[in-house]
Amino acid sequence: MDYSSSNLFVQMGEWLSDPVNWSGSRGIPMRVLEHLGYVGLTMLIACAIAIPLGLFVGHTGRGRVLIVSGIGILRALPTLGMVFLFALLFYRGVLPSVWALVLLAVPPVLSGVYAGISSVNRTVVDAARSMGLTERQILFRVEVPNGLQVMIGGVRAGILQVVATATVVAYAKADGLGVFLVEGTQINDNGRLFGGAVIIAVLAIAVDGLMALIQKFAISPGLRAQQPPAGPLKESGRQEAVASAQGGTT
Amino acid sequence: MTSLEQSSGPLPMIRFNGITKTYDGGRPAVDDLSMDIDRGRITVFVGPSGCGKTTSLRMINRMVEPTSGTILLDGQDVALQKAAELRRSMGYVMQSSGLMPHRSVIDNIATVPRLNGVPRAEARARATELLDVVGLASELGRRYPGQLSGGQQQRVGVARALAADPPVLLMDEPFSAVDPVVRAELQEELLRLQRDLAKTIVFVTHDIDEATILGDKVAVFAVGGRLAQFAAPEEILRAPVDDFVAGFVGRDRGFRHLSFQQGDHVTVHPIETIEVDQLADPTVSVRSAWTLLVDADGRPHGWVPQATRGSIATQADAVPGGSLYTRGDTLRRALDAALSSPSGLGVAVDDDGRAIGVVRAAEVFELIERARLDRGRADHNTAV
Repeated sequence: MDYSSSNLFVQMGEWLSDPVNWSGSRGIPMRVLEHLGYVGLTMLIACAIAIPLGLFVGHTGRGRVLIVSGIGILRALPTLGMVFLFALLFYRGVLPSVWALVLLAVPPVLSGVYAGISSVNRTVVDAARSMGLTERQILFRVEVPNGLQVMIGGVRAGILQVVATATVVAYAKADGLGVFLVEGTQINDNGRLFGGAVIIAVLAIAVDGLMALIQKFAISPGLRAQQPPAGPLKESGRQEAVASAQGGTT
Repeated sequence: MTSLEQSSGPLPMIRFNGITKTYDGGRPAVDDLSMDIDRGRITVFVGPSGCGKTTSLRMINRMVEPTSGTILLDGQDVALQKAAELRRSMGYVMQSSGLMPHRSVIDNIATVPRLNGVPRAEARARATELLDVVGLASELGRRYPGQLSGGQQQRVGVARALAADPPVLLMDEPFSAVDPVVRAELQEELLRLQRDLAKTIVFVTHDIDEATILGDKVAVFAVGGRLAQFAAPEEILRAPVDDFVAGFVGRDRGFRHLSFQQGDHVTVHPIETIEVDQLADPTVSVRSAWTLLVDADGRPHGWVPQATRGSIATQADAVPGGSLYTRGDTLRRALDAALSSPSGLGVAVDDDGRAIGVVRAAEVFELIERARLDRGRADHNTAV
């Protein structure tokens, strides 16, 4: 593509405003949909693994040490490296990338769910048990609604990281918003490279805004009416979520 | 404790049978506890911290499992019942209200009926009634627990425990986290409720005063989970079985014991009164050393000393009065009225709060002395 200037921002603006880039199977809208598809699939798998595990550990307190160290190990894994490893070990295509992204998404979701459940005031749980709620009822009627703020925070952090990192899919298969980055680098098209990056950033902010909205409406007004009791776990859970959210966007 | 083998009288609501609870092989938290808890009465477990009173309470609804021994609820071993169902058959009130912060007050109260399958509308209607029963405005039902004061939360806690109309209420230091004024109010309300409901209430407290106010029977626990004395509060104050109980009951026990002696025979003497309206009129003089200031309805509002009558023109200038003694109240109230009054004369009022005269401390003491002699004779007679 020919640009009228060598200025990066001018090039980016021209690339973004070129109608050719906004249509067809290789256009921006299609790439956004593909990208969101991978994010959705990844989060579905990650939640299916992390939420039941987090609920179990949060409620029973069993296996706490195991998941805390497990989360630490998972966080240390480089996602791009995992994409190549899985691609080499299994086959080409999108699935290796999705599994690599799942490994990325599980830690924030798991720690959010676990921290959310264990942050619930033990007195309230004790009272619920004394009144005759079964363990399952305690989990789903008391612990989940009261820990929801922190739990959704974990999912939110996970989504943010995956939206930003799902660009790695493009290394295995020409799919998703990562394509603009890979192509931009290969053909030295800076407008495309930076344009793609901006779209990813905007998408991440939009998705996070949507999650914030969901979080707001899912939380009982009773929990907003007062400051929730500041348990040490809840605080650390929040900081974790914030830290990983920041890690995901940079 | 002594009547365990005798099956005479009605079946106790709750029976502890040789209950011991040991944690990790340490010293027992509850040591070989056997006692019967009367149906429809308030039984108070009282003792210092670490005496096993709360542990004993929590074994009734299996929040704690005993190491050995059995607990019978209405003749049935609780260990054989499903824990969740057993707990739903008893109301439970704890120190911090333990209300679910994410649910409205109404839905908190309706929790157990909803678990038992009562339709939502019906459970909520009943919950709204209960708000009234515990003395809360029905508008509060829509609020969340975080928007209520501590005292209001405790009232909601009591309403929640009553929601499924259980025959047994377990109360674990329910009033100890609220201020003394609210606590006294809640205690009075509980007694009022109990007069109508006649539940079997097991009430844990560390406050001997609360125990003697509320309990039909009081169980004093000693450190190490030993039941030191189990008797009517009057008996515990009058005749503690050992040094531990005597020490725990405290140095005011003689004075507290007066709460159990009716003051029907206290002589009420007439007293000169002056109405508020007459204060500003200097021609109205007083003859007694202390004249009682009353309003148009005859309610007392302090004292007018003869010495300073000239300088008292309004109600605010009068000397504030002491506590009031309602005719027929206990000797403790009568004595307190006399001791707290600046004139040394305790103001007696009728049920409408109108002054009817005064009582004297010396005469209250005479009555106390006479009652003690009578009791001594009675004890002597039964002993023979």
